[in-house]
Amino acid sequence: MSSRNITSVQDAQPPSSNNPATGGPLLDIRDLRVVYLTTRGPVKAVDGVSLAIQPGEVVGLAGESGSGKSTIAHAILRILHPPALITGGQALFSGRDIMKMDDTELGQFRWSEISIVFQSAMNALNPVMKIRDQLLDVMQCHGLSKTVANERAVHLFDLVGIDPQRLEAYPHQLSGGMRQRAVIAIALALNPDMLIMDEPTTALDVVVQKDILQQIATLREKLGFSILFITHDLSLLVEISTRIAIMYAGELVEKAPARELFELPLHPYTLGLMNSFPSISGLKHKLTGIPGSPPDLVEPPAGCRFHPRCPKVMAICSQVAPATKFISPDHSVSCHLFNQDR
Amino acid sequence: MTKHFPVGVFFNKKQVHAVEDASFIVQRGQVVALVGESGSGKTTTIRMIARLIPVTRGEIFFEGANILRTEPHRASMDYRRKVQLIFQDPFASLNSVHTIEHHLARPLIIHKKASGRQEIHERVCDLLETVELKPAAEIANRYPHQLSGGQRQRVAIARALAVDPELILADEPISMLDVSIRMGVLNLIDKLKEERGISYVYITHDLASARYIGDKIMVMYAGHMVEGGDGEALMNEAAHPYTQLLLSAVPNPHASLRTDKGIGARGEVPSLIDPPPGCPFATRCLKVMNPCRQVMPGQTVVQPGHWVRCHLFSPDGNS
Repeated sequence: MSSRNITSVQDAQPPSSNNPATGGPLLDIRDLRVVYLTTRGPVKAVDGVSLAIQPGEVVGLAGESGSGKSTIAHAILRILHPPALITGGQALFSGRDIMKMDDTELGQFRWSEISIVFQSAMNALNPVMKIRDQLLDVMQCHGLSKTVANERAVHLFDLVGIDPQRLEAYPHQLSGGMRQRAVIAIALALNPDMLIMDEPTTALDVVVQKDILQQIATLREKLGFSILFITHDLSLLVEISTRIAIMYAGELVEKAPARELFELPLHPYTLGLMNSFPSISGLKHKLTGIPGSPPDLVEPPAGCRFHPRCPKVMAICSQVAPATKFISPDHSVSCHLFNQDR
Repeated sequence: MTKHFPVGVFFNKKQVHAVEDASFIVQRGQVVALVGESGSGKTTTIRMIARLIPVTRGEIFFEGANILRTEPHRASMDYRRKVQLIFQDPFASLNSVHTIEHHLARPLIIHKKASGRQEIHERVCDLLETVELKPAAEIANRYPHQLSGGQRQRVAIARALAVDPELILADEPISMLDVSIRMGVLNLIDKLKEERGISYVYITHDLASARYIGDKIMVMYAGHMVEGGDGEALMNEAAHPYTQLLLSAVPNPHASLRTDKGIGARGEVPSLIDPPPGCPFATRCLKVMNPCRQVMPGQTVVQPGHWVRCHLFSPDGNS
């Protein structure tokens, strides 16, 4: 069980560019680092995350609350506010580094190329503005004339499955599901290449959730945008995404095609997450979840951050952070269990 | 020694018909899971059982006694000891200016379960160990903000256990917790059921967790109980179109998302302020028939231990 043979330090960084065969990723996040400055010291919320999203792909980002999922989303759009600080890394969008854009460039870039759908539609919408005005606002900001914008607003509402008459409604007059659809309509207003969805359905009932997910899938087929889908619900991700990245305590611990991750999860944390969702079919068996709770990121555990909770912990895990190993070209895992045999 | 809860209830505050004709039985040592969307009346139902809100009409039998008769105005100390609540939000249900020991000592003192500083402290530590919070003596001195969500929910469970309850009403106890620790809390609930014979009413909107922990499952829609029965029977042979809709909406990794509409019923939950006659699901149901819009169907037993309220199964219909 013990692993005395590997005492030397981590091997090199993972191959930095992901499969160039497909003509280059749409968004390429490289070694992104974000800290929150607190009185207790910097909280390393995102610590060296690399993730590439190809055009038209749906990439799922899964992890618990506090693992840094939303921080990544906010960092990509550069909408983080002061105690948060981006300390390193690049986010290349069609080759341009978002982290280097100035304010004018950012203003143009946001929403026309990449937009975001937040978790709580009620908070994302302005309660004292009609939905129509909020939709027009986005489009006029980006230089569309009022007539064009108005036409487009009607079209967008059709697209997301709300009666265009509801454009005159205020947010509180819509049901939760409709509000989230309206937010999606706003996100699609300028026909972006990529949509970041930060737990878009967590606050909704299952039936409405299913409806909206289906709507998103249909829209994506029609319009061809990519999605970065953030959620803690792994079973949902397996259903909708092409690839999944698992995040724990600010780091990506495993990346794989959705189906492969579901059928062959490698990292003990991924396994633990899989073991945290009861199923509605099949044999009923005891699920264990994961003992313990996520670490304090001011002083993350030395070595592998998951080692205090890991059922397969070895001596090396508490000393050396595991390097990322590529099991296959598109399946990587950061765990000493897999460093050993290679 | 069975405990009966034929709760026939008609809650009519401000004409919002939040819960109508809800009846179910909780046997000793059994978990009954109430499943439904938000606004379906789940929480109202258990708040009535806990006697936090008055019941408009109906009866609650607890250990054979009709408690709304025997203690009409206010629940007795004894009833309040035997029936305990666990709330959804462990961040709101603990008082942030008091230590964990204070939270656990209060019920012990009020219900005279322990006296004297030493004895109380020992009981508190026992309780914390029961809910697997260790080292107990150290946790007891902490304040709620020093604990994680899962730990706080365990404290809430320990507080309910302090008075040796017979029935615990758990209102979405895991929905606010991190996914990786949810199963731990559910397993704890299950363990206490096995070891102490505690009964539960477990509220959730998540059918999968209802199946995991529930011996019986009751599905609520717009204030009505539309289907109920043994967990497995209900899951495998869901009869009510609403239950089928719920089941089809649960994310299922085994099947990828289809872009066609599938079983998807559209429309909204009817207003509960002036509910239309007939079945509340009629407005969304794909199999709606004429009688559905006129009469609320009665209970039909589809198989032993599994009933449904749907005209499709009414004796004069198909079944």
